[in-house]
Amino acid sequence: MIAFVLRRLLQAVAVMLVVSLISFALFNFVGDPINNMVGQETTLDERAELRRQLGLEDPIPLRFARFIGNALQGNLGVSYRMAEPVGRLILSRLPATLELSLAAAVFALLVGVPMGVYCGLYPRAPLARLFQAVSLVGVSLPTFLIGILLILIFAVHLNILPSFGRGEAVALGWWTTGLLTAAGLKALILPAITLGLFQMTLIMRLVRSEMLEVLRTDYIKFARARGLSNRAVHFSHALRNTLVPVITITGLQLGAIIAFAVITETVFQWPGMGLLFIQSVQFADVPVMASYLILIALLFVIINLVVDLLYYAVDPRLRLDRPGKAA
Amino acid sequence: MAVPALANEPLLRVEDLRVEFPTRRGRLTAVDGVSFEIAPGEVLGVVGESGAGKSLTGAAIIGLLEPPGKITGGQIVLEGQRIDNLPYHEMRQIRGRRIGAIFQDPLTSLNPLYTIGRQLTETIRTHLPLGETAARERALALLRAVGIPAAEQRIDQYPHQFSGGMRQRVVIALALAAEPRLIIADEPTTALDVSIQAQIIALLKRLCREHGTAVMLVTHDMGVIAETADRVAVMYAGRIVEIGPVREVVRHARHPYTVGLMGSIPLVGRDVARLAQIDGAMPRLNAIPLGCAFNPRCQKAFDICRTQRPDLRRVGPVAVACHLFDMPPADAGRPP
Repeated sequence: MIAFVLRRLLQAVAVMLVVSLISFALFNFVGDPINNMVGQETTLDERAELRRQLGLEDPIPLRFARFIGNALQGNLGVSYRMAEPVGRLILSRLPATLELSLAAAVFALLVGVPMGVYCGLYPRAPLARLFQAVSLVGVSLPTFLIGILLILIFAVHLNILPSFGRGEAVALGWWTTGLLTAAGLKALILPAITLGLFQMTLIMRLVRSEMLEVLRTDYIKFARARGLSNRAVHFSHALRNTLVPVITITGLQLGAIIAFAVITETVFQWPGMGLLFIQSVQFADVPVMASYLILIALLFVIINLVVDLLYYAVDPRLRLDRPGKAA
Repeated sequence: MAVPALANEPLLRVEDLRVEFPTRRGRLTAVDGVSFEIAPGEVLGVVGESGAGKSLTGAAIIGLLEPPGKITGGQIVLEGQRIDNLPYHEMRQIRGRRIGAIFQDPLTSLNPLYTIGRQLTETIRTHLPLGETAARERALALLRAVGIPAAEQRIDQYPHQFSGGMRQRVVIALALAAEPRLIIADEPTTALDVSIQAQIIALLKRLCREHGTAVMLVTHDMGVIAETADRVAVMYAGRIVEIGPVREVVRHARHPYTVGLMGSIPLVGRDVARLAQIDGAMPRLNAIPLGCAFNPRCQKAFDICRTQRPDLRRVGPVAVACHLFDMPPADAGRPP
C-alpha cells in the first residue's frame, strides 16, 4: 500500500516536471521575455544588462532549475497585463472556479447516478427511455449552447436567475465564497448545470450500462437465490460493484470540469481562472498562461492520485499485494 | 393460501411444467410438460445434455427464470403450497428460506466486494430473527460444518482469498444458512477440479442427510448421479424420458437414450476399445421433430415414433416415455 502510494507520488512528480518544462519553454521561447517587459526606447545595452540581471544568459538547465525553485516557492512570475504576481492573481480566482466545478460535479453525481441506476434496473420503462433520449441531447449539445439556452430561458424569459457573475461573494480569509449568500447560490445554479450537464449524462450512461452488466452476473443471481431483498440486491450488491469505473470517470471528469470551465466561465462571465486564462490568451500574457497550465496539471495529478486511493477503499481485491490463496 | 401439508404429501411436486421463450419467430418451448416429485430428504438427480431443459426446470422452481423465459403451464407445489404464481416479494421469502440454490461456478457466485462473513450474516438475518452477534456465531458454525479450516480468521476474508473448492464450500454454507427444506444444486461441481469434485459432492450429501434437506441435483455427470442420487430423471429436449430409482436406471436403462447415455460413461475396469456414442445431436428448440423428440437418433425407432409423442408410463419400478414399452397396441406396428 505504502509502496503503491510512493510509486504513484514519484509518477506524479515526473508528470509535473514534464509539464513544468513545457511551461518553462512557453515562458522563455514564445516571444522574447525582455521585449515583453521593456518599452520601445530601451537601448540594446540596457536590454543586455536586464537580460544578465534576470539570468537569461545562464545555461538552460540552470534556468530551468531556477524556474522550478521559484515555482515551488509560489513565485510564478509577474503578469504582463496586470503587473501583479501571477500566484496571487490565480489564487484570487481559484475559489470561484473550484466552487463552480465542485457544484457541477456534485450536480452530475447526484442526478446522474440515480438516473443511471433507474435506467439500469428498468431498461424498458418509459421514464428510462426518456432519460436515455435526454442524455443523448446532453452528450451532443455543446456547452456554450446549453449555457446560452439556459440564460435565455431562466434569466431572460422567466427572469428568476441571474445571467452572469457570481452574485455576492463573502471573503473567508483569502478564500472568497459565494455559497453563503442567497444571491451567490442563485448565481451558481445556471453555470453549474451548464458545466455539469455533459458529465451528468456521461455518468448516467455509464452507471446504466454497468448496472445492466452487473445485474447479469452470477453473484447477483445467487444473491436473489438467497432471498435477499431487492434493495439489498440492487444497492449493496449491484451498485457497489459499478463504483470502480464510476469513480474513475468521475475523477477524470472532475479534472476536465476544472480545465474546461473556461467556456462556461466565459458564457456566464464567471470570475474564475478560466476567464482569467481566456483574457490572458487575448493579451499573450505568457506568465499567466504558463502558470495556469501548471496548476491544471497539478489538479489532474492530485485527482488521479485520490482516485487510485479510492479504488482501494472500494475494491478489496486491490488491497493485497499478493492474493493469499488457501487450498 | 398455505395448505397444511398432508402426511403423504411430497416436499415438492412439479406438474406438467412448461417453460417458454417468446421470440420473433414464435414461442420456443424449452421445458415441455415435465412432472416429478421430490420426497423430504430425497436426492433427485436430473441428467441430460446441455439444452435439455434441466437448469431451466431448476430456475423455474426457484422463480428465477431469466426474462423473457416464463412458465406458461403446469404448477409447482412446495409442501402443499402452490408457488409458481406467487408475487415476487412472497417468492423472495421462499428463496433461501425454504428452497436454497447452488450454482455452477463458485468463482463468480460470491460478491467480490464483501467478506464471506458479511454475505453469510446478511443471508441469515434476512431469514432468521437473529441479531448481528448471533448471526455471526451461526455463520462461524456453518463455515466449520462445511469444512473451512480456521473459520474464525477466514470469516473476515474476501472471496478472492479462497480457492475454488473452498468457495464452493462457502456457497454451500450460504445455501444452507437458513435451513431450507430443498436445495437446487445446478451443476455444483462442473467448474471444479476433478479431485475437488468428489469432496464437494460428499460434503453436500453428508450435510443434506444431517439436516434432512432434499436435493435436486442437476448435472450432466452420470457418475455424480450414480454416487449421490436416490432417484434420477433423464431429460431430453425439454421432456423427462425416464425417471426412477438410480440403481434401476443405471443398471437396467430402458429408454434408448438412457441406454446410450450409460454406454458413454467410461468405467475403470471395464475394458472397451471405444465408448458407445449416440449419433447426431439434440434437436434445436425450434426444430423439435414430430412424435418422439429422440426418434431421428434412435436406432430402434419405428413408425409411431415419428408421429406420436410417447407419454411417461410406468414400467416396473421406473417410468419411461418410449413407444417400445407401450402395451402391445392393436393398430400400431410391432416394434422390430
